[in-house]
Amino acid sequence: MYEPILSVDNLHVSFHSQNRVVKAVRGVSFALQKGETLAIVGESGSGKSVTAKSLMRMLPAQTAKITEGAIRYDNQDVLSFSPRELQKLRGKEISMVFQDPMTSLNPTMKIGRQIMEGLAKHEKLTKSEAKQKAIQMLEMVGIPQAAERIDAYPHQFSGGMRQRVVIAIALACRPKVLIADEPTTALDVTIQAQILDLMRGLQKQTGTSIILITHDLGVVANMAQRVAVMYTGEIVEIGPVHEIFTRPQHPYTKGLLQSMPRLDADRSEPLVPIPGSPPDVTRLMGGCSFAPRCPYVMRVCHHFSPQSTSLGPEHQVSCWLQDRRAEEMRRSFCS
Amino acid sequence: MSAELGKNESTLVSQVHSHSSVFPPAEVTDDLFVHEPLDSRLQEQVSGQTVSVWKDAWRRLLKNRGTVIAMCIIVLITLLALIGPQLSGLPYDEQNLTFSNLPPKVAGLEWLGFDGKDAKGIDQYEARGITEHFWFGTDEFGRDLWTRVWKGTQISLTIALLAALLDLFIGVAYGGISAFYGGKIDNVMQRIIEVLVGIPNLIVIILFILILDPGIFSIVLAMIVTGWVGMARVVRGQMMQIKAQEFVLASRALGASNSRLIVKHLLPNAVGPILVTLMFTIPTAIFFEAFLSFIGLGLQPPLASLGVLIQDGYVSMRYFTYKLVFPGIVISALMISFNLLADGLRDALDPRMKK
Amino acid sequence: MLKRVGYMLVTLFIIATATFFLMKTLPGTPFTNADRLNEQQLENMKAKYGLDQPVAIQYVRYLANLVQGDLGMSFKFMGRSVNEVIFERIGPSALIGFQALIVGTFVGLGLGVVSALRHNSIWDYTSVTLAVLGMSIPSFVFAALLQYYLGLKWGLLPPALWKGYEYTILPTLALSVTVIATVARFIRTEMLDVISQDYVMTARAKGLSETGVIVKHVLRNALIPVVTMLGPLAVNIMTGTLVIEKIFSVPGLGEQFTLSIVVNDYSVIMGITLFYSLLFILMVFVVDILYGLLDPRISVRGAKAK
Repeated sequence: MYEPILSVDNLHVSFHSQNRVVKAVRGVSFALQKGETLAIVGESGSGKSVTAKSLMRMLPAQTAKITEGAIRYDNQDVLSFSPRELQKLRGKEISMVFQDPMTSLNPTMKIGRQIMEGLAKHEKLTKSEAKQKAIQMLEMVGIPQAAERIDAYPHQFSGGMRQRVVIAIALACRPKVLIADEPTTALDVTIQAQILDLMRGLQKQTGTSIILITHDLGVVANMAQRVAVMYTGEIVEIGPVHEIFTRPQHPYTKGLLQSMPRLDADRSEPLVPIPGSPPDVTRLMGGCSFAPRCPYVMRVCHHFSPQSTSLGPEHQVSCWLQDRRAEEMRRSFCS
Repeated sequence: MSAELGKNESTLVSQVHSHSSVFPPAEVTDDLFVHEPLDSRLQEQVSGQTVSVWKDAWRRLLKNRGTVIAMCIIVLITLLALIGPQLSGLPYDEQNLTFSNLPPKVAGLEWLGFDGKDAKGIDQYEARGITEHFWFGTDEFGRDLWTRVWKGTQISLTIALLAALLDLFIGVAYGGISAFYGGKIDNVMQRIIEVLVGIPNLIVIILFILILDPGIFSIVLAMIVTGWVGMARVVRGQMMQIKAQEFVLASRALGASNSRLIVKHLLPNAVGPILVTLMFTIPTAIFFEAFLSFIGLGLQPPLASLGVLIQDGYVSMRYFTYKLVFPGIVISALMISFNLLADGLRDALDPRMKK
Repeated sequence: MLKRVGYMLVTLFIIATATFFLMKTLPGTPFTNADRLNEQQLENMKAKYGLDQPVAIQYVRYLANLVQGDLGMSFKFMGRSVNEVIFERIGPSALIGFQALIVGTFVGLGLGVVSALRHNSIWDYTSVTLAVLGMSIPSFVFAALLQYYLGLKWGLLPPALWKGYEYTILPTLALSVTVIATVARFIRTEMLDVISQDYVMTARAKGLSETGVIVKHVLRNALIPVVTMLGPLAVNIMTGTLVIEKIFSVPGLGEQFTLSIVVNDYSVIMGITLFYSLLFILMVFVVDILYGLLDPRISVRGAKAK
């Protein structure tokens, strides 16, 4: 096994507003290998975006606090970084692509300058060199007439084009890790495929590791080698994509897969929705947070949080079904 | 309230598990590994209690300390404006030259400057052998300033309220018609507004006051000549926005009548911004009235408004500072409070601010 | 663009017409010592100013003169044209108005920026409180207090009159208070809005320093809409000069206007009204164009791109 480029250990993040505390991330751990794509899936509010933002320490300093845990990038402790060290990390080592390309570009700045900004900061290029590089980047992400387009403003671009520009900005300094926070959610389906294609192609060229945040399992199957499933701030299951898709071990993962239409599925197999909706994270009770919605719930689930169990070198799951005492229940789960 | 909710939930949970035990188990025992039926009551948690929009806004309004203080000050000043003139037992327009230019004196509040001493430090009450106390002092005709200040506040508030209400009626009618009928009517009405917006407000007011005899009603009239335009724009903008929203479309599709649409959807959703605009109109009107009085276009003596009193006070500010200070404080407090209240209202009614 | 100019002209025409007819209904005679003039002299005076003609003809003449930029003669200052009066008086007003705009904008910017960057801190609360006070306390109350304390009681600055640069300081201060408050509030809201935008996060994710993010992305985008405040601010300063020049005895246009109101010099009132309106309309026009130039999303032709 390779040395991970980025690792997260027992991360806890909470948000403080006037009189309440929201524990958005509760003990998340994972490691990202060089060149791989790790997908993080979950419903909205599951803490996946917060996890992603905390990797670059991009959470709003006034309200969000990382209360526990460690983030290591290239064997350095990211949580102890000074502002200056953080600036060197952001854009140069780890980059980020956001969900909505309509709002993630500065509307009053030419896109060329928006790409060049990072280059000027990290690569110490001269103005003309940076400009050349910016044109190169635009060509790389598939924008025609790049040399003219660098003087355009974002509103002159379509959504898909803008997302390409955002990716160009993110990859300009050849970061080793790219965090893509729902990069295709706001786009039309046909454009989604193009952007995913682009990201895959660029990854092949540059060897960047990607953390892909999404709620779309189709995207996961297309892009990722490994997938982590999050629910109410915790990773409930993590493992290789093919394993998770064929043999999900957590009822939530299974539920997600069953509620997704698949081309290769038996026609007679109906889609099964997960009953209910995710609980309010401010009012979690003891026990497994999925218990109220879990078709395989046992009495123990309401009172005790399950521990993480390894089902192989790369596959972990947190569920009471893995307990030897739950054998009977597990059989009905697997059937 | 949240504690109460929490209690509800825990009773719910214990009901679910009532067949096993009331208390949660202390450790993971084998008997806990049995299937439990799903309880749909636990699956959907609506966050927070369902409160009406208005109650919610009211609650948020009360959370804002500045707004609460502002509301208290407005209530206090309004009360004083209503009963203040009666409290001292002196009429606002009775001249008595033996009492002229007396500094303020309140028994027990001497340490606050209510000591009856003039600019030279002489206690005028002692020097002139006056036993009566004038809380805010008197003007050069010996009129009681306490009475005049509150009478003036009363008049200023009346003018402001009248102007704001008339603005409201004209603005809502004009904006509403413009937005509701749309098309050509809207087009023409908007062109008219565009021209009116180009005219500086205060100049129109001054011109109108010049031809009308200064008085409460003419000041109000002058202020609404162009004052309603702002309200009309807010109403129209709001209505247009709501009209385009899907819930209106949906209820149209379901066959709702025009009047039902207006009453059920358009008006309730426009009330917030209208209220906020109204709240901002009041301090503006108070200011305009004072402004007019200050440049000599206000009410004529012996009537007093805050503006008239400030103008009188300003003239003799050098030797009788108190004449400026009291009306100055009252008008400033009123303006601050109304502005704060309007700000607070806007924040409370703006759902985007909801956290 | 053409349409805008058209609106401007229509608005000006309406203002001109309205002022003319309003002035015609004004009670009282326009001449200083009318009661001492006999019938014949009065007739002569009227003829001299064209007041013996039917109103319709007076109106046409007035409009024709206006088009040539001639605002007519003053009734009170014998033999002086309104243009001369305005020209003579505009200097001091422009000086304190301009100074107030500059001082107010910069101080307001400072307060607003600090407020937004230190959101919900003691700095924020202080500056918000100052802004509410500045917006609420009527300018003439504040001016009177300044004059009393700084001018009369402590003698730090000349309390009134117009004899040198130090005489401009108090009026400028008094005028700038509302500007400071308005700008501070506006820039605070704008900045808080921009700070929460996604593109600021993008900028931060690029590894820009916090100062870089604030200066290049937040401030730039927050400042553009401030331009739209110029119109209302100009009106504010204009109305402010009416009372503040009176208080500090500044020989400016505002003081002339209040004076003319008192003495019923209606050609001057009319002239200054038109002049103010023209200034205001031009200001709004310039602001529109400026905004189009500064914000690439709005094309200069005035049509919104989105």
